[in-house]
Amino acid sequence: MSNLYHVSTSPHAVAQDTTQKIMRDVIIALIPATVWGIWLFGAHAVLVVLLCVVASVATEYIWNYCMKKPQTVSDLSAAVTGLLIALNMPASIPLWMPVLGCVFAIVVVKQLYGGLGQNFMNPALAARCFLLISFAGSMTSFPSVDGVSTATPLAIIKNGEGTVSLTDMFFGYTSGTIGEVSALLLLVGGIYLLARKVITWDIPVVYIATVAVFMFLFGGTLGYSFDLTFVLKELCGGGLMLGAFFMATDYVTSPITSKGRILYAVILGCLTGVFRVCGNSAEGVSYAIILGNILVPLIERVTLPEAFGREGK
Amino acid sequence: MSTGTGTFQGGVHPFDGKSLSKDKPTLAVLPKGDLVFPLAGQNLGAPAKPIVNVGDQVLVGQRIAEAGGFISANIACSVSGRVKAITQHRIPNSGMSQAIIVENDGQYTPAPGVGEKRDYTQMTKEEIRGAIKEAGVVGMGGAGFPTHVKMTPKDDSKIDYIIANCAECEPYLTSDYRMMLEEPEKLITGLKVAVSLFPNAQGVIAVEDNKPDAIALLQEKVKDEEKISVMPLKTKYPQGSERQLIYAVTGRKINSSMLPADAGCIVDNCDTLIAVYMAVCESTPLIRRIVTVTGDAVKEPRNLNVKTGTLYSELLEYAGGLTCEPEKVISGGPMMGQALVSMDVPVTKISSALLCMEKDVVAANPTTACIRCGRCVAACPSRLVPQKMYICATHNDLDGFEKLNGMECFECGACTYGCPAKIRLTQAFKQMRQAVGARRRAEAAAAKAKQEAEAAKKAAAEK
Repeated sequence: MSNLYHVSTSPHAVAQDTTQKIMRDVIIALIPATVWGIWLFGAHAVLVVLLCVVASVATEYIWNYCMKKPQTVSDLSAAVTGLLIALNMPASIPLWMPVLGCVFAIVVVKQLYGGLGQNFMNPALAARCFLLISFAGSMTSFPSVDGVSTATPLAIIKNGEGTVSLTDMFFGYTSGTIGEVSALLLLVGGIYLLARKVITWDIPVVYIATVAVFMFLFGGTLGYSFDLTFVLKELCGGGLMLGAFFMATDYVTSPITSKGRILYAVILGCLTGVFRVCGNSAEGVSYAIILGNILVPLIERVTLPEAFGREGK
Repeated sequence: MSTGTGTFQGGVHPFDGKSLSKDKPTLAVLPKGDLVFPLAGQNLGAPAKPIVNVGDQVLVGQRIAEAGGFISANIACSVSGRVKAITQHRIPNSGMSQAIIVENDGQYTPAPGVGEKRDYTQMTKEEIRGAIKEAGVVGMGGAGFPTHVKMTPKDDSKIDYIIANCAECEPYLTSDYRMMLEEPEKLITGLKVAVSLFPNAQGVIAVEDNKPDAIALLQEKVKDEEKISVMPLKTKYPQGSERQLIYAVTGRKINSSMLPADAGCIVDNCDTLIAVYMAVCESTPLIRRIVTVTGDAVKEPRNLNVKTGTLYSELLEYAGGLTCEPEKVISGGPMMGQALVSMDVPVTKISSALLCMEKDVVAANPTTACIRCGRCVAACPSRLVPQKMYICATHNDLDGFEKLNGMECFECGACTYGCPAKIRLTQAFKQMRQAVGARRRAEAAAAKAKQEAEAAKKAAAEK
């Protein structure tokens, strides 16, 4: 027996996908919205994006190094978290705040729970909510296209302080966080992820559809009863597109079962609607998603598929 | 007509590699060295028992070992010559088995009666079943379940479909495809023989739609057959899995504790039905196998018509040898085949391919953390949740594994194939399934012992 071959159990074939390639696709999909945000909000936005990515990756690197764990920064998940945090920041944010958010996301939300795959909340959204609660002023002060601080379109709609154009909201000529303003470019990124089979259609489509139905039915509370233009503005405004395609679909914090994903998306849609209609703020996507994240284990438990040939048994 | 959808939920689309060998007609080759007939590992169930002694002269088609139990099968010699030894030999599943070693005299003298033509329509059902049993026919799709047992369900009248499993969903394999093109009459007659055993049965030849020429040819050949039809299936792995195939063809579902006969079906692989034809109509036992010799390390991939017992290492020579030293050599396809430690193992009744891969892609992909992407859930043809089953496996939680219906897993490997974290799910499930099976057997044995002890106690008390 001089010449032995490798032995392992079947299967002996593997698909090309790796975690790194999936994360790289997410980054590629976010590039149009990121570039748009930088073009719109200027140099400070570039700094926020770069700092967030560097801070997240560096935090993970240092954590792994200090904890003597295998280095995982090459899986790009920390880079995705950093980029998402940046896209959820107003462009005028003091630079130390997003950095603090990145450290919080990587250390508290991700690594303390065991690293990639173990966190029960989306790290980027948890960081955003952490900053929103801690620094409400800076986190809700948005520069407009011309650099003057202004309200976001959703706030304008909610408070009835003026009018916003639906086309401006769709293409992204409004104020908001760096990455959320252009519904069109987020859709382009989302379609890229769908085409690359990184995400499935169920969560984004059902989530957005639920928000649409909710807003159509209950828009009256804000003075827009059964108003389709209002519904479309609600869909284009705020973090809905960014949240639906890039955050609600986060593998780790969304249900693994197909029925579960539908249920989860409906819950997110209803929560978003409730927060937007009844809440203090005009926005509700971030809180809706992290609340939904917490429900995932329960959702999975009640939506386990029936095994083939054992239906109803 | 068939009532299925032609497909199933789940599954994956691995690179199929069939173009390497699909257009190469099968080449009949003769063995050069001694022939090795292992007693175990050629069929499901009990190993066969040798009925020849060292030094005996044997002929082509002569039975050299007989079924060692109800679920077992005879073994016939594929050459004429002398029994050289009965000794331990390595077999494709990497284990060792007692094997009959036959020295080939190169004469290929047939045993009396072998090759005699018979008309199955003139034979009784008992004679047909007897001929299949005699010939040692087993399921040649890989499981090796004795065909005569499969063909003898509790109630013949309840069988309404005989499905010829010509899906050949395993990547790289083209042996069934070649047989469909080269010996369609034998396949169809084999199916007709099987159908003739069951008063209410119709035969369906189920072929994946990546073989349109085979589908067209078979459709042409069966156009005047009342009880035989051809059904194209969507190309998807594991379409050829028995449960998924029954569902695709008939819309009926069975689980791991049911037999195909419970859904009125009997499923036989393409080459198995040809073996049935040979056994019944040409009085020839199962002594040849079509083996696809392929892979990126093989110089001239091709399909060979091989005598069982030939060593794999000999087959390589007929395929031009190797282009490089392969890292991985597999008996069967890449999804469910057995990795070989050495090529000095014989072609058995259940050998379908010799696959030599330059790179071991599994070893080249280290495992990373599960990101809960859900691809395993989407891929599972049994509608299980491999991600959760794997968590049970890492904790050796047999109860949790059973609760998640882990015993419904048939180790097709679809989940593992698609896993971006390269987690060895199937390997873990294989171990868990063995552990659960062992526990169930132990519990059954304990319950039986308890029952017996109580009965003895009762009997003693009555005295």
